[in-house]
Amino acid sequence: MAESAAHLDMQFENTAQQHDTRIFGMWVFLATELMLFGGMFTIYTVYRAFYPNAFAEGSRHLDLTLGSINTAVLIVSSLFMALAVHTARTSARRLPLALCLSATVGLGILFLGIKGYEYYLHYLNGEVPVLNWTYAGAQAGQVQLFFWLYFAMTGVHALHLFIGIGLVSLLTLLALLGRYKPDSYTPVEMTGLYWHFVDIIWIFLLPLLYLIAK
Amino acid sequence: MSAITLPRRETYLNANYGILSWLLTTDHKRIAVMYLVSITLMFILGGAAATMMRIELFTPASDLVDAATYNKLFTMHGIIMVFFFLVPVIPAILGNFLLPLMIGARDLAFPRLNLLSWYIYLLGAGVTLWALISGGVDTGWTFYTPYSTATPTEVITATIGVFIVGFSSILTGLNFIVTTHKLRAPGLTWFRLPIFVWSLYATSLIFVLATPVLAITLILVAVERLFHIGIFDPTLGGDPLLYQHLFWFYSHPAVYIMILPSMGVVSEIIAAFAHTRLFGYKFVAFASIAIAVLGFLVWGHHMFVSGMSLHAALMFSILSYMVAIPSAIKVFNWTATLYKGSISYDTPMLYALGFIGLFTIGGLTGLYLAALAVDVHVTDTYFVVAHFHYIMVGGAIMGYFGGLHYWWPKITGRMYSEKWGRVAAILIFIGFNATFFPQFILGFEGMPRRYAAYPPEYQFLNILSSLGAVLLGVGYILPALYLLPSLWFGKAAGANPWNATGLEWTTASPPPPNNFDKIPIVTTGPYQYPGKKETIG
Ligand SMILES: [Cu+2]
Repeated sequence: MAESAAHLDMQFENTAQQHDTRIFGMWVFLATELMLFGGMFTIYTVYRAFYPNAFAEGSRHLDLTLGSINTAVLIVSSLFMALAVHTARTSARRLPLALCLSATVGLGILFLGIKGYEYYLHYLNGEVPVLNWTYAGAQAGQVQLFFWLYFAMTGVHALHLFIGIGLVSLLTLLALLGRYKPDSYTPVEMTGLYWHFVDIIWIFLLPLLYLIAK
Repeated sequence: MSAITLPRRETYLNANYGILSWLLTTDHKRIAVMYLVSITLMFILGGAAATMMRIELFTPASDLVDAATYNKLFTMHGIIMVFFFLVPVIPAILGNFLLPLMIGARDLAFPRLNLLSWYIYLLGAGVTLWALISGGVDTGWTFYTPYSTATPTEVITATIGVFIVGFSSILTGLNFIVTTHKLRAPGLTWFRLPIFVWSLYATSLIFVLATPVLAITLILVAVERLFHIGIFDPTLGGDPLLYQHLFWFYSHPAVYIMILPSMGVVSEIIAAFAHTRLFGYKFVAFASIAIAVLGFLVWGHHMFVSGMSLHAALMFSILSYMVAIPSAIKVFNWTATLYKGSISYDTPMLYALGFIGLFTIGGLTGLYLAALAVDVHVTDTYFVVAHFHYIMVGGAIMGYFGGLHYWWPKITGRMYSEKWGRVAAILIFIGFNATFFPQFILGFEGMPRRYAAYPPEYQFLNILSSLGAVLLGVGYILPALYLLPSLWFGKAAGANPWNATGLEWTTASPPPPNNFDKIPIVTTGPYQYPGKKETIG
């Protein structure tokens, strides 16, 4: 076999089977992830049905501009991730792949930075349950529940993005070392699936949290 | 007596030696053996708690332990037995060992994830045991809010332990699903798969789709306790009923995690020892999937008295009745198989027959509980306790023991004492019924569960139950006494001691490290047994 050919684990017959198996594994993993977020979406739905006014009030305290910018940032990062997968699949050149991957990482970090800034603003405004909570309007307890869900859902999302940034950084390094070729780019595609999943979760979080204030 | 040595041949057991060759192995067979050891230890701990309870219940007064300790005992028993024994036992031990062998693969799709799942199991078990030892938990295994957010016991540590062990199940389920899809031997189509593989597949679907919901729910309970944020606690503005919905969304399907693999094992054993084709193969296969799917839609039957709306309760009641259909399909197909076959009563077969009997009683009493009016009468009584032990212990453990004896020659290459095997199987069956049948009556007469003390008129049946538990305990200890010596003194088993079909029996016992010298090519369906007359199905 050529030197560049992917390493074949002993449970597989050929590299195509190995590739398909791993990609499928990632899909099953994402199904699990979806159910994890699903639990939180369910809790959100129940309480929003119970306390629609408090949730609208809580939503008015979120910064839609920052939320929208972050959405754009994440979508563009997904574009670069898709380009990275395409590049890895079609060419053996290291630099374009590494560039796409590092752009993805950069945008991911930018997202977390903006998110962190939003958290900081909430902290200053006394809108962080437990740490600094000074909200005293109507239905304060229910508004606090909204904020609690806001931090739980965006927090778990940010954690996923953080892991994604770590993975894509590792890919960037390995891409520079020439690890990925059109016949061995499985990790790039798997990480790509994960990245898009995290992106899509955000696409649902945005309207649920930011856009419900009527 | 001197140990019998087998002729030297490379197997997964002797391929390399030393503790690290086990702790760092990625061989699914070795990981299965490590699971066997660790899950057995947890079974002993859970059994010890049950023993204490049965001794306490010997007399009406709470004299051996006080009520608070009793609460901690049944919580310990429940948490250990459900999350660390019943859920993983068949998939992680028998499934891990057999799935690649049954589909003609050299390993699971993700061997390193498989090893990781074992370490996660150990970590989860360690954290949970720490919680149970360092102060105990008194919520029952269900962690119901708002009590679980108010009790001073170690709820946070325990929920984190259960949270962790959930990921071990998720990884196992993921591995099984992908392996079944992608690593089947050439010619092994879906409808040529053994029923055990079908049932592992259905179980894995539940692992992957239900476990994360439990994980996030338990984390929220821990967070609620830590920060006093009202998610489930009504005094803080939360909804305790929501907790129950989320909890049972996992924990009802979890019952099928326990029973489906057992049904798979029983299907294999019945075909092998009735020496005939499994009757209605496709029905049995699809019934597994149907049970897994319906299992996701019936969780509300645990909440009939929790204050849900009557309409919701009616729907959940009807859906619960519907689960009886695929379950009954399985039982009827097994009996039809027995009817058409010529039966030999080896140890695994005794367990399989025991399973059918106990599962049928457990299932039928489940229908009582699915009926709204009856359920209100017996909720939180010993009737419920007896019912779910018939399913979970009578069902799942009989299946596990049957499977362990059926595949023991494959796992170890040795035969155990058939005589003692039969004695233990019969003892377990009698002991089980003696322990739990009286509890049906106790429950119907109104004895509530989870109390250390009870009115004296219940004493006779409780003594009966405790004496039954002694028999049951002896029955559970016996296999250790003849299975372990068989490792040194047992007859060599040969590749196929039962004359069974299935790819796992075509390779040597114990199998070589890479399972098959040459990957088999499959040309026929499963269960090609000669049968009594012409084959049917
Ligand atoms: Cu149930």
